[in-house]
Amino acid sequence: MKFAVITFPGSNCDRDVCHVTGEVLQVTTEMLRHDVRQDLTDYDTVILPGGFSYGDYLRSGAIARFSPIMEDVINYAEVGGPVLGICNGFQILLEAGLLPGAMKVNDSVKFVCRQVKITVENSEIAFTGSLTRGETLQMPVAHQEGNYYIDPVGLEELEANNQVVFRYLNQKENPNGSLADIAGICNQEKNVLGLMPHPERASEKILGSEDGKKIFASLLDYLSSREES
Amino acid sequence: MTEENVWESEGLTAEEYEMITAGLGRRPNRTELGMFGVMWSEHCSYKNSLAVLRNFPTEGDRVLQGPGENAGIIDIGDGQAVSFKIESHNHPSAIEPYQGAATGVGGIIRDIFTMGARPIALLDSLRFGELADEHVRYLFEEVVAGIAGYGNSIGVPTVAGETFFSPSYRGNPLVNAMCVGLMDQQDISTATARGIGNPVMVVGAATGRDGIQGASFASDELTEESEEDRPAVQVGDPFMEKLLLEASLELIKTGALVGIQDMGAAGLISSSSEMASRGNSGIEMDIDLVPKREEGMTPYEVLLSESQERMLVVPRRGKEELVKEIFKKWGLNAAVIGKVTADGKIRVYNQEEPAAEVPVRLLVDDAPVYQREGRRPGYLDELQEFSSRDFLAERKKNRSGTDYNQELEKLLTSANLAAKSSIYEQYDHMVQLNTVILPGSDAAVLRIKGKNKGLALTVDCNGRYCYLDPEGGAEIAVAEAARNLVCSGAEPLAVTDGLNFGNPMNPEVFWQFEKAAAGITRACQQLNTPVTGGNVSFYNESPVGAIYPTPIIGMVGLLEDLNQSTDQYFKDEGDLIVLLGETGAELGGSEYLKVVHDRVSGKIPELDFAREKAVQNLCLKAIKQGLVKSAHDCAEGGLAVALFESCSGNSRGARVAFETELLPEELLFSESQSRIIISLAEENLAEFSELADESQAGYQIIGRVQGRTLRINSLIEVEIEELKAKWQAALPAMIN
Amino acid sequence: MDWLVKVTIQLKESILDPQGQAVKTGLEALGYKNVADLQVGKYIELTVSDQEKKQEVNTQVEEMCQRLLANPVIEDYNYEIEELA
Repeated sequence: MKFAVITFPGSNCDRDVCHVTGEVLQVTTEMLRHDVRQDLTDYDTVILPGGFSYGDYLRSGAIARFSPIMEDVINYAEVGGPVLGICNGFQILLEAGLLPGAMKVNDSVKFVCRQVKITVENSEIAFTGSLTRGETLQMPVAHQEGNYYIDPVGLEELEANNQVVFRYLNQKENPNGSLADIAGICNQEKNVLGLMPHPERASEKILGSEDGKKIFASLLDYLSSREES
Repeated sequence: MTEENVWESEGLTAEEYEMITAGLGRRPNRTELGMFGVMWSEHCSYKNSLAVLRNFPTEGDRVLQGPGENAGIIDIGDGQAVSFKIESHNHPSAIEPYQGAATGVGGIIRDIFTMGARPIALLDSLRFGELADEHVRYLFEEVVAGIAGYGNSIGVPTVAGETFFSPSYRGNPLVNAMCVGLMDQQDISTATARGIGNPVMVVGAATGRDGIQGASFASDELTEESEEDRPAVQVGDPFMEKLLLEASLELIKTGALVGIQDMGAAGLISSSSEMASRGNSGIEMDIDLVPKREEGMTPYEVLLSESQERMLVVPRRGKEELVKEIFKKWGLNAAVIGKVTADGKIRVYNQEEPAAEVPVRLLVDDAPVYQREGRRPGYLDELQEFSSRDFLAERKKNRSGTDYNQELEKLLTSANLAAKSSIYEQYDHMVQLNTVILPGSDAAVLRIKGKNKGLALTVDCNGRYCYLDPEGGAEIAVAEAARNLVCSGAEPLAVTDGLNFGNPMNPEVFWQFEKAAAGITRACQQLNTPVTGGNVSFYNESPVGAIYPTPIIGMVGLLEDLNQSTDQYFKDEGDLIVLLGETGAELGGSEYLKVVHDRVSGKIPELDFAREKAVQNLCLKAIKQGLVKSAHDCAEGGLAVALFESCSGNSRGARVAFETELLPEELLFSESQSRIIISLAEENLAEFSELADESQAGYQIIGRVQGRTLRINSLIEVEIEELKAKWQAALPAMIN
Repeated sequence: MDWLVKVTIQLKESILDPQGQAVKTGLEALGYKNVADLQVGKYIELTVSDQEKKQEVNTQVEEMCQRLLANPVIEDYNYEIEELA
């Protein structure tokens, strides 16, 4: 099994994700540059990490979305490859149109870094198969633009298709003012997931929580069962 | 300005101008005079402080690099090392708080990665006026946003800090940022220009007119007009610096470098002349070759520009293309602008026309050093004479039935003691996946990946103590920093100091400076924590007056076993609470006197180094034997505040009973030094007592972790959840 | 021929603007109680060179806005094009 983590200029959680998938989960993980085209079909999962790609200038994720490798990520997603976007990675997926909606600046207008509780709303996708619906997870957020927005029709579709995968536990836990307390969504085909909380920051006991690891573990379960079948 | 006092525009004195003329054997031209102006400024030359700083203990078994480089380096074993330093950005932050703070962070990060270390943590030590003032609120919010904006983007976690409010900082906030980096010892780099003929290159951002004379600006008092000096403030680009960081570390790994230095204060001129000075060489350069982003820049402007995110590098000859290739990969400039020479001169050309020629020795090493005059300030006698006991007795006569719950609440909802989560939640304090103990506890603890080791980090200073007694206050700053690290399970290793004072020409200010430095010297000797570098910031005065003398201590400690990392929060119902050390009637300079009685006076708490060491040793031993569940330094606000803080983390209550001769106010709020509150499981008491009885620390079992309220004798009974909510809401409420 | 293009970008009217709200509150605190509405947007200035026809510039700028400068999901944009001497 082999994972790819894409490094954009200004990514700063790329090493963190590699540490968790590579060292903690012991999955071969390669860091790929943003400016080199790549056949991604060799990889079992592609991860877009957090950070400030291109300084988040203009809009978060807006410039990274046009990196050469994003064409390959889009192709990879279209043939059903699992794509995970964390924080800035989620923002890039939105800008790239792989996920619907957009991010606004947090209601507080400030950067927020803290532990939040989220609930699992859909436990039937590649990233959540080992979780149960309604389960509460704790992991940190760290962002200034995580205030998810989609128009009312779009929201209805998201809900109808079970595309809301994670929600902040309640309004009080919602750190950014996102619509319907949305913390993470997937595409219609359910192979592309974007979320604002950082599962890689909650994957080792010494860092306070292992709830994030459950998402990676689900993914590994899914991938190994896919290999078997 | 007449031709006669041309030096004044560069901040030089007539005598200094004479020295320059004598040294050169001729009058300097404008470009050269500008070079001397910045290089002989306090910021670059330390001319008013060097004589005093020479007394610091700077050597130790673990010191790999002491003062004099971009940052100090200490050995943490396993072939690894830690580089760290603190730096001030006070004046830029007073003028343009967001950019001033942001570029302060950017500058200190560059200092660390030029040493070859990957920056793994930031700490910030902030001082502001009082938040009732609208302008202070603006400065506070923008400074915090600037630190967040830079640190978060570049991906270095801000893991600890302190924020203190006092009218003394109203016109002149203090913004000191500390950075810590981790490296393999084989990657240690230095800022040296050696090897005749080796190329000199500028890498990173293009040069513009921003920040010209920032170093001289930092070496002057702020005036009403200072806000109009905004061009002197640089603008930071953390995205650019992230690329510069990755490119520089990649370059250092190749081994192609002779030297590398940040182009910080005073830009190209200071980096080139300091590198040449360290290498005993000269540098010849053509400023026409420097990549610029503005047209028509004069040699003076290019040499003095403080455009951010630039470095000066000296690779081995023939490695120019390699340097360019690496930087190009990261989308950055790299240009050869000159070469290392043998003649010990900085020679500057503009399109091959000579623009300046100055001996390095004269510019750097022969900068004047002054022993300024010091005089004990007149205010001290009266302030130190104040007796809190007499004051309290008087107060008792006039009223009966003090509500100590209310006084505790008043303290906990005051700006200095209120929860700081609304600040540190704006900082990414977790990126890089190392933060084991998060902000809010005594010290941050970071793990070192791949090892079972950790680092503990803290910054500390009580400016009010230093105002009342600069020597004692500075000693306490060092002792408390060390205590914070010990409480976290770490052995204190070394110190970086951020010395913030008023105008050194004022003998009373200089006396404060000398005394504070003496205090640091003594405490660092006693606690075996050498000073490996730091920063002096003078002229922190404003129309409102001089700041409190503020010698900030940044300290790094090592945990040999990460499992021993300990935070300050009570854990389990029924655990015993033990107070190490002794509580005396020491309310002088306390938060209690300031917050409840609006008084800044009295004798500050005494520091007995023998006891301090005994308390720290006992605490660390007990932690290492696995006996301790929580440990918390008992400091500002005294015992009652410290107990509340230990309760707050996991929302535990405590029942504490104390036999004492002290007045209630003294028992609850006295700030006696060398005290630590620990909690432990009852079954470990015997083993702990054995340790404690061998020690000279002194200890007392004072109560148990119990219930949902904090009770202290019959004086205090408060609901933890309720008080915690008020404590957390206090700071945001002062801002909105 | 060179053209100066001035692009302004704002959140769509239907979308709550946290930055605008914050700035409005700030103005109110300063005593400006009669600020009825406030939106924070972006302003981008660019020079397009070597293009003879304004219509061509228009087409190009429209495309830039659609693809990168604005996010059509939440933002509106408009622009002016001036001929540079």
